[in-house]
Amino acid sequence: MKSCEYQQIDPRALSVSPLSAQSHPQTKAQRPRRKWEVFPGKNRFFCNGRIILSRQSGVLPLTLGLIVITCGLFFAFDCPFLVEHLTVFIPVIGGALFVFVILSLFRTSFTDPGILPRATPDEAADIERQIDSSGSSSYRPPPRTKEILINQQVVKLKYCFTCKMFRPPRTSHCSLCDNCVERFDHHCPWVGNCVGKRNYRFFYSFIISLSFLTSFIFGCVITHLTLRCHAGKSLIQAIQESPASIVELVICFFSVWSILGLSGFHTYLVASNLTTNEDIKGSWSSKRGAEDSGNPYTYNGIIKNCCATLCGPMPPSLIDRRGFVPLDEAAAAACTSEIELPPFTAKNDTNMCTQSTKDVLERMLHSSDFHGVCPAGPPKTSPLGLEASDSLGAARAPSMCSRRADSPCTTCARSRKDSLHSINPAFRLASPSPSLPRVNLALSDTQEKGFIPLP
Amino acid sequence: MRPQAAIASKVFIQRDYTSGTMCQFQTKLPSELEARIDKQQFEETVRTLNNLYAEAEKLGSQSFIEGCLACLTAYTVFLCMETHYEKVLKKIAKFIQEQNDKIYAPRGLLLTDPIERGLRVIEVTIFEDRSLTR
Repeated sequence: MKSCEYQQIDPRALSVSPLSAQSHPQTKAQRPRRKWEVFPGKNRFFCNGRIILSRQSGVLPLTLGLIVITCGLFFAFDCPFLVEHLTVFIPVIGGALFVFVILSLFRTSFTDPGILPRATPDEAADIERQIDSSGSSSYRPPPRTKEILINQQVVKLKYCFTCKMFRPPRTSHCSLCDNCVERFDHHCPWVGNCVGKRNYRFFYSFIISLSFLTSFIFGCVITHLTLRCHAGKSLIQAIQESPASIVELVICFFSVWSILGLSGFHTYLVASNLTTNEDIKGSWSSKRGAEDSGNPYTYNGIIKNCCATLCGPMPPSLIDRRGFVPLDEAAAAACTSEIELPPFTAKNDTNMCTQSTKDVLERMLHSSDFHGVCPAGPPKTSPLGLEASDSLGAARAPSMCSRRADSPCTTCARSRKDSLHSINPAFRLASPSPSLPRVNLALSDTQEKGFIPLP
Repeated sequence: MRPQAAIASKVFIQRDYTSGTMCQFQTKLPSELEARIDKQQFEETVRTLNNLYAEAEKLGSQSFIEGCLACLTAYTVFLCMETHYEKVLKKIAKFIQEQNDKIYAPRGLLLTDPIERGLRVIEVTIFEDRSLTR
């Protein structure tokens, strides 16, 4: 047998549970699903996963509307007068600022803020084991915090019950988006997204450019009305000639104070390498006790802190929105939703072998279906079907399978043949898990590559 | 007889936060792997990975220029250019592939690229080496 012959079988085509087979008898090749479609957080995705937004988009439309309307009124009513009396650069500067503000806003809203993907079941189980082993008494629940040293400072890491992992430092769980976000700053309803590690610089450039824009429009409108008054008219007359200016004035007046204040606050945060979250909680405030509890993340220099936060390397998105759902998640999802048959993409052989092995093995571990071991016949399902759903349980199953079968190849080959024909749901019910022998076959093929064969 | 193998267990190498939020992994060899691989070898692999991640996150002149350029173009440059971090991630993927092929697969182990686990852990899958029992 060729070492990678298992490529011809699509293991994912066979990971069909009886329930889904019953409800969807027409098992045609379904569209492969991307990871964003099965993302567990409260987010919305557009453009096939390229754009991510919080499900609660908050007042983003309002923000956009206010900016566009104010600038629109400015260009329509104030600019002609000012171009005539002052300079043509006024709409040019206004236009440039407007474009910059809109682009920054979109980048802030549509960028993944630094969402941490949730722990895989194996990881979660491993962490639980570690927690349980470190817990002392059986009456109290084991501690769900971990203390570590960062730059000689004690930092407590908390366990996230939703994401099933210990949160890295500076990470916080956003309840609105239901995600753990790295370097969590705050959830901004104005941009409709969390502000975290990956989009903080966009957010900062948004508020700075917005402060410039609002101040600029405010200044221009005041100048416009002043110039009209100087031409011999009263203020009331000037306002009547240009009513839009009052609207702009009111909007800008209120915006300027709040936006300038926010910009100032965030400039302070950037300079001291803090997040809003830490500042509000007073995590590194010097008021707390006599011991040295300074910020362990600061570079002790304003310029360096600014560079680190704003001009540092752009970390990649960890959630891989546009990737295809791997085998294990597909198998789990297959039980409750339509059957997926993602196509084999063209890869080189070595890659394919390792990848398929991994996928197949992971699927086997996460399969909720532990009944079948070796479906040489239907009755042999019960004894091993009641294993617990942890990895060791699943791992035991295939080893038992190989011991049972006199010749793994023939049994598996037989089951494989059966399985290929058995898109028939009735057959599925009889032998619930044709997947496991496939694993053995797949593995046996791979191991020729990976293992040093012993005589 | 073709040797068969199944996953015996998975070991997770956790992150090492002693130098801050930089992506570094603990170099200590877990007890489950002691029988399978040489301590020096393992530490070398993890140390190289740590160095690669440090290179990706370095606040050097290249990242600074990239950051400034991005700011000036209102961050639209990221839509067409690959960032320095992404380039290093590709290097890391290649390195892990190499290590798997040369060192870990012959010993019945498989390293998973940390980026597939959200840079939280290095997942080491231990295969039951049935060929040894035959």
